[in-house]
Amino acid sequence: MSEQLRPDLALIARTVRQGARVLDVGCGDGALMAALRDNAGVDARGLEIDGSNVADAVGRGLSVVQGDADTDLRYYPDASFDYAILSQTLQTTRRPDLVVEELLRIGRQAFVSFPNFAHWRGRISLLWGGRMPVTRLLPDTWYDTLNIHHVTVDDFRALVKDRGWTIDGQWFLKGDKETTHANANLFAEHAVFLLRK
Amino acid sequence: MASLSMTDDSRFGLRRQVRLAGPLPLDSGAALGPVDIAYETYGTLNADRSNAILICHALTGDQYVASDHPVTGKPGWWWRLVGEGKPVDPARHFIVCANVIGSCMGSSGPASLDAATGAPFAMRFPVLTIADMVRAQAMLLDHLGVDRLSAVIGGSMGGMQALTWPTLFADRVESCVVIASTARHSAQNIAFHEVGRQAIMADPHWRGGDYYADGQVPSAGLAVARMAAHITYLSEAGLTEKFGRRLQGRDAKTFGFDADFQVESYLRHQGLSFVERFDANSYLYITRAMDYYDIAEDHGGSLARAFTASQARFCLVSFDTDWLYPTAESRIIVHALNAGGAQASFVELSSPFGHDAFLLECPELNRVVDGFLKGGRA
Repeated sequence: MSEQLRPDLALIARTVRQGARVLDVGCGDGALMAALRDNAGVDARGLEIDGSNVADAVGRGLSVVQGDADTDLRYYPDASFDYAILSQTLQTTRRPDLVVEELLRIGRQAFVSFPNFAHWRGRISLLWGGRMPVTRLLPDTWYDTLNIHHVTVDDFRALVKDRGWTIDGQWFLKGDKETTHANANLFAEHAVFLLRK
Repeated sequence: MASLSMTDDSRFGLRRQVRLAGPLPLDSGAALGPVDIAYETYGTLNADRSNAILICHALTGDQYVASDHPVTGKPGWWWRLVGEGKPVDPARHFIVCANVIGSCMGSSGPASLDAATGAPFAMRFPVLTIADMVRAQAMLLDHLGVDRLSAVIGGSMGGMQALTWPTLFADRVESCVVIASTARHSAQNIAFHEVGRQAIMADPHWRGGDYYADGQVPSAGLAVARMAAHITYLSEAGLTEKFGRRLQGRDAKTFGFDADFQVESYLRHQGLSFVERFDANSYLYITRAMDYYDIAEDHGGSLARAFTASQARFCLVSFDTDWLYPTAESRIIVHALNAGGAQASFVELSSPFGHDAFLLECPELNRVVDGFLKGGRA
């Protein structure tokens, strides 16, 4: 399977250990899971809220369960996976902090990726236009977006500090390129964190 | 048994029946023996015997999963899923479908003759459970030389058997597909069944089940049972779309109790055509088996514990308009499987057809089952 992975997923795929056990929360149509299975011999399981995505993923032979990250993670036992992955889903959950707590209970480590709402384009849109940003990365309007918790890189770091989690890795993306840690809160379009408790 | 000789082997093919000596010990404490099982096989068992798939049928189903029904002439009840070019394909799979014990399509049931008396068992037939049906299927597979199932697949009561398989025979099942089903019969499920049973037993022709001799069968009671059950297989939206409040072959209400409404006429037809192909006592026995079904209860109250010995992969599918075995029931199974770390997939598919959706046109269902079965080969 050689489909092009989204940049944050490609980054996660490069970092996950060979043969690891992975739970992909919000796995979509299973693109990352398929890549991990095919290229790294990973035992991947998925949780996805959208039924048609689940049908796609199961149709490609993946073990994916239709469910909601806010309510269904509690059925997974402690430390049952090497990694729990939450990519581009954090900002759509009702309680992002509790979801990350659950990820860190289920997985020994957790990848969390999210779009950075403090990227300068968004700031300019709000500062000069006075309107909620609609950009290439955040293409939906305020009333129909699935993103209900707008989070920035610095917000997330503050949450990590507050909860006493440990950052094992952090990556920042601009388009499909990695970008500098310096001023990531201003210049990164996406952030990927690797956490543990 | 070499695979090339299967065409000469009388165990394989359509419309088979076998008498197994047994005895088959039953959950009730009684035993059944000999055990007759009517079944069909499709396709060829491969050399390493790794391509066997067992299909389990629903309450009033039969072994004719992919061949024309001998009484009604209708195509096999799951021809949409089983057949050439379908997810379960005789070109690739060795497919077995057997009539459950307790039924009336050739397997041992209340209409069978009791060797001890030479008369039909009627209500002297032992009460069965879903697990008993599964153990009888295992006996059949022993007879066919099938040690392991690549998959066991079923919808509704067939799903109950499929889900029971890995709890009883953990090392004989590689994957398990459970469609529009549940891990236990709810109070509402039991309640609907009790209505049906009482309708049968209230029919003066029932006579304590001893109606076989003179052909005066409790058809009115069985028809009412079928009518009540049939409502639970459909959705309100489906009924409204199909019939609404439209009148049947008339322009105005008759102010009487004839079938004024199309939906009445339809249900009466369903009831009448059902009694031609089904035995009332079998209906009592099989609904009872379903009511007794509760996998967790059989494992100290823990559904998760039921699957700990199994390495099987699971695929669960529910339908959004199914109120007989609603999505919440499938979720209970999924959560138990997740708790045990099993490889599980689950999806709720959208269909207007209620519980019956698993038998009807649903390309998504085929895509999911096909992908799941092929996923095991990765």
